[in-house]
Amino acid sequence: MSLKSGPLTIGVPRETYAGEKRVATVPEVVEKLIKLGFAVKIESGAGAAANFADEAYAAAGAQVVGSASELYAGSDVVFKVRPPALDEVAALKPGTTLIGFVWPAQNPALMQAMTERRLTALAIDALPRQLSRAQKMDALTSMASISGYRAVIEAANAFGRFFNGQVTAAGKIPPAKVFVAGAGVAGLAAIGTAANLGAIVRANDTRAEVADQVVSLGGEFVKVDYEEEGSGGGGYAKVMSEGFQAAQRAMYAQQAREVDIIVTTALIPGKPAPRLITAEMVQTMRPGSVIVDMAAEQGGNCELTVPGEAVVRHGVTIIGYTDLASRLSKQASTLYATNLLRLTEELCKKKDGSIDVNFDDDAIRGLTVIRDGEVTWPPPPPKLPAAPPAAKPAAAAAAPAKKSGGHGHGGGGEPMSAKTLGILFGVGAALFWLVGAFAPPSFLGHFTVFVLACFVGYMVVWNVTPSLHTPLMSVTNAISSIIAVGALVQVAPPVAEGTDRPDGLILGLAFVALLLTAINMFGGFAVTRRMLAMFRR
Amino acid sequence: MLFDANLATVAYIGAAILFILSLGGLSHPETARRGNLYGIVGMTIAVLATVLGPRVTAAGIPWIVGALVVGGAIGLYAAKRVQMTQMPELVALMHSLVGLAACLVGFASYVDTSVAYTAAEKAVHEVEIYIGVFIGAVTFSGSIVAFGKLSGKIGGKPLLLPARHWLNLAGVLATVWFGIAFVGAGVEAGVVPLGIMTVIALLLGIHMVMAIGGADMPVVVSMLNSYSGWAAAATGFMLSNDLLIVTGALVGSSGAILSYIMCRAMNRSFVSVIAGGFGTGTAPAAAGGAAQPQGEVQAVSAVETAEMLRSSKNVVIVPGYGMAVAQAQHTVYEITKFLREKGVNVRFAIHPVAGRMPGHMNVLLAEAKVPYDIVLEMDEINDDFPDTDVSMVIGANDIVNPAAQEDPTSPIAGMPVLQVWNAKTSIVMKRSMASGYAGVDNPLFYKENNRMLFGDAKKMLDEVLVALKS
Repeated sequence: MSLKSGPLTIGVPRETYAGEKRVATVPEVVEKLIKLGFAVKIESGAGAAANFADEAYAAAGAQVVGSASELYAGSDVVFKVRPPALDEVAALKPGTTLIGFVWPAQNPALMQAMTERRLTALAIDALPRQLSRAQKMDALTSMASISGYRAVIEAANAFGRFFNGQVTAAGKIPPAKVFVAGAGVAGLAAIGTAANLGAIVRANDTRAEVADQVVSLGGEFVKVDYEEEGSGGGGYAKVMSEGFQAAQRAMYAQQAREVDIIVTTALIPGKPAPRLITAEMVQTMRPGSVIVDMAAEQGGNCELTVPGEAVVRHGVTIIGYTDLASRLSKQASTLYATNLLRLTEELCKKKDGSIDVNFDDDAIRGLTVIRDGEVTWPPPPPKLPAAPPAAKPAAAAAAPAKKSGGHGHGGGGEPMSAKTLGILFGVGAALFWLVGAFAPPSFLGHFTVFVLACFVGYMVVWNVTPSLHTPLMSVTNAISSIIAVGALVQVAPPVAEGTDRPDGLILGLAFVALLLTAINMFGGFAVTRRMLAMFRR
Repeated sequence: MLFDANLATVAYIGAAILFILSLGGLSHPETARRGNLYGIVGMTIAVLATVLGPRVTAAGIPWIVGALVVGGAIGLYAAKRVQMTQMPELVALMHSLVGLAACLVGFASYVDTSVAYTAAEKAVHEVEIYIGVFIGAVTFSGSIVAFGKLSGKIGGKPLLLPARHWLNLAGVLATVWFGIAFVGAGVEAGVVPLGIMTVIALLLGIHMVMAIGGADMPVVVSMLNSYSGWAAAATGFMLSNDLLIVTGALVGSSGAILSYIMCRAMNRSFVSVIAGGFGTGTAPAAAGGAAQPQGEVQAVSAVETAEMLRSSKNVVIVPGYGMAVAQAQHTVYEITKFLREKGVNVRFAIHPVAGRMPGHMNVLLAEAKVPYDIVLEMDEINDDFPDTDVSMVIGANDIVNPAAQEDPTSPIAGMPVLQVWNAKTSIVMKRSMASGYAGVDNPLFYKENNRMLFGDAKKMLDEVLVALKS
């Protein structure tokens, strides 16, 4: 029963949650869904809050239907953003596949209702995010990065000063100081946005390995003065020990005194958000400061947060909006629709408008929370644990080792095998023995010089940087006109009386040879000089 | 006579040391200029010590001065006029001069009967002459053909005579046979086998280089460089002159190392390069059948290219022979300068066999004033491609062919290549879809993240530059 044969109809209703402006698909994606073989129905006005008109959907090939009940009656698959309300579940056809945020841990009543309705529910929030294959469907990530951006924009809106430092005719303006608690996707987006606005950004996270990412986005990583590793598997954070929390509180208290803006993003899956900012810390903040509590929906990282509202306490604006992504509705809808499209592609490998909830696929297994009315959540633990921290330094160490293979080409390369080396030495020894046994002594002297010079040449030339290979050739070429010396000694040597020597012929030959080498000598050095003069930093 | 024999010897040692320092100086662009100066000083000392030494009488001075002035003037003129894109031709031509000079000196030494030898010494001396003339002749004719090929006067296609390996072998055997006839014969009788051998050597040189195609030229040029050194060393043996031997050995080993580096960069053995170009033996079957890449080629315009460059942070430019042909290096520099001023990190990636001569691309980029510290070698930059936004390939093909790594049946399998496809986007500038020298289709063109910019490199880059500035 996991396979539904097509062509199926995908229905996209208008979101009913108060203030929700997003929509689960956009016209651009509708076209692609139709290419996959599906029919698409959309409730009239579904995209209005995100600036997508019904006409745009119709133009993309979707059928626009008047009411939600009509939509649900004719849909086999339903795309949603927010978890459905219970009356929405009741309106769904039994056997419908629902794709969207579900939050199964927080919504037991909803899970109950969906099983009774014998639905199949794919919770995009339950996606195993550590699978690299799953990244393209990771709506949590895309929504979180939008929220992180929006959080900084909201903060800037509520903050009475510039973010970037300036020196103007009217005086010097110090840059705003922003502290971001939690460097997950949302936190990193907030860091990048705030840094781009010109603020001084600090950030902290219980997972030490994100420090590099913070720095790469222009932030400064603030350590908690306590040794404990906070990676809880699957790339999420875990609850920390009491000693650590005390040290962390001290650090937050200090940051609260120093900074103008705090953005908190600390969440632990399935648990209420950790209380990081106490009422006392808020009191120590400068009037006019801003706190954006991105964990407001899970109770808030700040003690004074009112979920869904912006309030002023002790002169500090505390923003607890729970719909940050929805406030950037067009962008959020587009990214969310694309995430769902990628998921649909995984479900419909055959591109024939059917879907196959294949439990052999780790990603699909993970996000299926109900299959045909049976709860399949939580999934068995993922097979791949998070990469052990030791692996990374090892890989990093291997890379420089590879690079350090000497200057340029690495003179030695790989050492020769003992066998080749043995043969080489054997042949060499035989040759030397032959030379030693038969050659006259005058030859041997020159031979010694020759062999040694070859070795010197070998050693010297390996040091030449490859970018200078052409000058090397032209300079060696110039130097090889040393053969001129051979011609010189033949032009007019002192000749003993009475020897029979064809002077004219030799002079002619030597003269031409000298002429040729002179061209080479002067030309070679001159052109090398010209070339080298061009190499500049 | 200012220098007696001992002083001349000491001067020669000084010159030899200066030559070694000269090569050593080339290890870095900063010290390279001084290295060249060492070479000049060494050469001056060597020539002066010889001219003023015991082996040259006053009667020879006018001839010597005449030859040096005329030859020097020609050389300086050529060095001043040559364009940097013509460097490979010039170097090849100069190698031929060394080869010819070695031949002539060998002949002159042979007919010179003024030096008395013992029987064993005489035999060794004659072998030295014979070998010296042989190497000189091969270098001469080979370099002339290489010059012709590099300057386009002779077609770049390899000339593959039937049974050419046997022809080469026959040539070498004949050389040995005439050598046996030559050693021990009197001067008059010996000239005949020496002359015949010279002709054979000339033919061998021609045949060898004719059989080698365009992209293997870096190996040939560096090989001829090596030969010219060995010719000088042989001359040194012939004249019992240690300076010639040392210098010849330096040059010879330098050229040999360059040849080895070039061969390794193509993952081919020296023998296989010399024995003939690609497309011999079993390669064509594999090339035609197995590796037909699938997919569509996506073309872009110069304006789109400019847009991509402008919006990226890291750009790597991979130049190839096509850039040299189109003389596009100056435009490349203008683009580089513009992008760098905008804060884009532009770097160059040079494959060891890019172009027609070792280091060819570096010289062209240096000519266009590209700072050398952003011009990197393959090993230095290959790991950086994943962090690169746009990699732009200008007139190169085989050196960026992923088939070398992904397809074991490819004729160029195992050749180290620049992994441009690891960049977020790669742009290949090319005149058409024709395959490279190796005759291998390039799967890079069909990759999803690859874009093709068709047209003459210079013209397209000019358009890109205009689009960037607008």
